[in-house]
Formats: sequence, C-alpha cells, structure tokens
Amino acid sequence: MRPGLILACLLGASALPADAQAAHYVVDIADMAFGPAPARLVVGDTIEWKNSDIFRHTATARDGQFDLDLRPGGRAAVTLSKAGAVQVYCRFHPNMTMRLMVVAMGKG
Amino acid sequence: MITRMISRAAFAALLLLPGAALAQAQKPDDAQIAHIAYTAGALDIAAAKQAMAKASNPDVRAFAQEMARDHQAVNDKALALVKKLNVTPQDNSTSQALSKDAAAHLARLGALSGAAYDRAYVQNEVAFHKTVNGALQDTLIPSARNGELKALLRTGLALFQGHQEHAEHIARTLGQ
Repeated sequence: MRPGLILACLLGASALPADAQAAHYVVDIADMAFGPAPARLVVGDTIEWKNSDIFRHTATARDGQFDLDLRPGGRAAVTLSKAGAVQVYCRFHPNMTMRLMVVAMGKG
Repeated sequence: MITRMISRAAFAALLLLPGAALAQAQKPDDAQIAHIAYTAGALDIAAAKQAMAKASNPDVRAFAQEMARDHQAVNDKALALVKKLNVTPQDNSTSQALSKDAAAHLARLGALSGAAYDRAYVQNEVAFHKTVNGALQDTLIPSARNGELKALLRTGLALFQGHQEHAEHIARTLGQ
C-alpha cells in the first residue's frame, strides 16, 4: 500500500476520484520553503499545498499546468494529469522551488 | 546609479569597516539588530506605498503590493517577538543611515514618472535587497544572540533573497 493512501483516508476519501489507486498528498509550506515532494507520484494523484507561512505564496508549474494562489493559512490542490517532471516555484519568491516526478498509471 | 552605489557603500561601511567609532554598529546587540531589521522592512514598505501610487506597469504594481504585504507580515512577527522577549528595539547609526538614505531615494524617485519611475523603483529594489541580504548574512545573523531572533532573521534573509530574485526578473522584462 502506498503511504499516500493512508493520508487519503484520513483526509476523507469521499472527495477523491473513484480510482482506488489515486492518492492525496499534502505539501506544507513554512519559513519560506516548500516541504519535501512526495516520492512516488502517479498520474491521477492529487497534491495539496498548505500554506503554514506568514507570507502569501503560490505553487506555480513552470510549464503552465497549474498556478495556485496560497494566502497565509490557505490550501489548494491540483490533480496531476500527465507524466513527467514538473518544476514548481513561487511566483512571489522565485527562490522557493520544488520538483515533482510523475509517472504514468500502472508504472507505480 | 551613483546614489545607489553611495548608499550601498555607506551601509557596508557602517556594518563592516573597523574603527572605534563604528565598533557598536559593527557588532550590534539584539536590541539594535531588531531595530535595523524592522527599519529595513519599514523603509521598503514606504517605497512600496510610493510605487503603488506611482507605478504604471502592472507587474511593478503587483511587486510593490507584494513588498508591502511581505514586509508588513515579517515586521508584525518581529514586533510580537521583541514584545515576548521584553526587548526594546534600540535606534542606532545603521538604522539612521538606512533611513536617511531611503528618504533621499524616495525624493529622487518621487520626481520621476511613467516607465522611468518603474525602472528606477525596480532597480532600487534590487540594490536595496542586495544590500540588506549582505548585512543579514555577514553581520546581523551571526551577531544575533537570541535563537528565536536568529531564526526570524534567517526567514527574513530567505524572504529578501526571494524579493531580490523577483525584482531582478522584473528588471529584465522592463529593459534598461
């Protein structure tokens, strides 16, 4: 069982897609940094960014897939729709970066 | 350009150069460090407010709003921390030099308008954040004694570095 599934159950599985394999991950933002990227991401998984910082941030994909605005205390999620590497940064603070590695379904 | 260089040199001299008269500024205590960091934030908020009123480019206006928002957030946290630690921020020659310099910049920028203002504001933001980053890294963070103050200054450094990168990015899009 992938660790994300446990988290998915805790967060309320009813809100998740019907695909039983899809996992929901939470990445915390604190002290001007993204928390670690989930290790095994599969297309269909959901990532939620939770802004625990005192500053407003964004989680923005360099390739334009998503651009989430995160006010202090705010959270926002995206469902990963394609395989590949995704470079994520904060538009307000470009020194904040993280990298997601997403694999196609069935390869996990 | 010339004023920018002078301001950087003046700030660097106050923080880094040896000499008995500068000994206090060279090794500031926590009350002085808190004052310097708070002053730097307040000055950037003042510059941002001017930019919110004067800037014409939407990216520059958004950047100014970001500066006001972020520096207010970190200064609010700094105020809460000094209150908790029962430290009264102490005015000092570095804070005074920063303030004097920033007042001159505000007046200079105030005389500009349109694209010339936008470019000058953003260039000044790059220089200001670079200067404060140097001071945080070389003097303020190593000199801070209280762990919580040191941690807040480290967050402040990451914030200022982020702002510097953002300002440099906007400066490139505006051209010279």
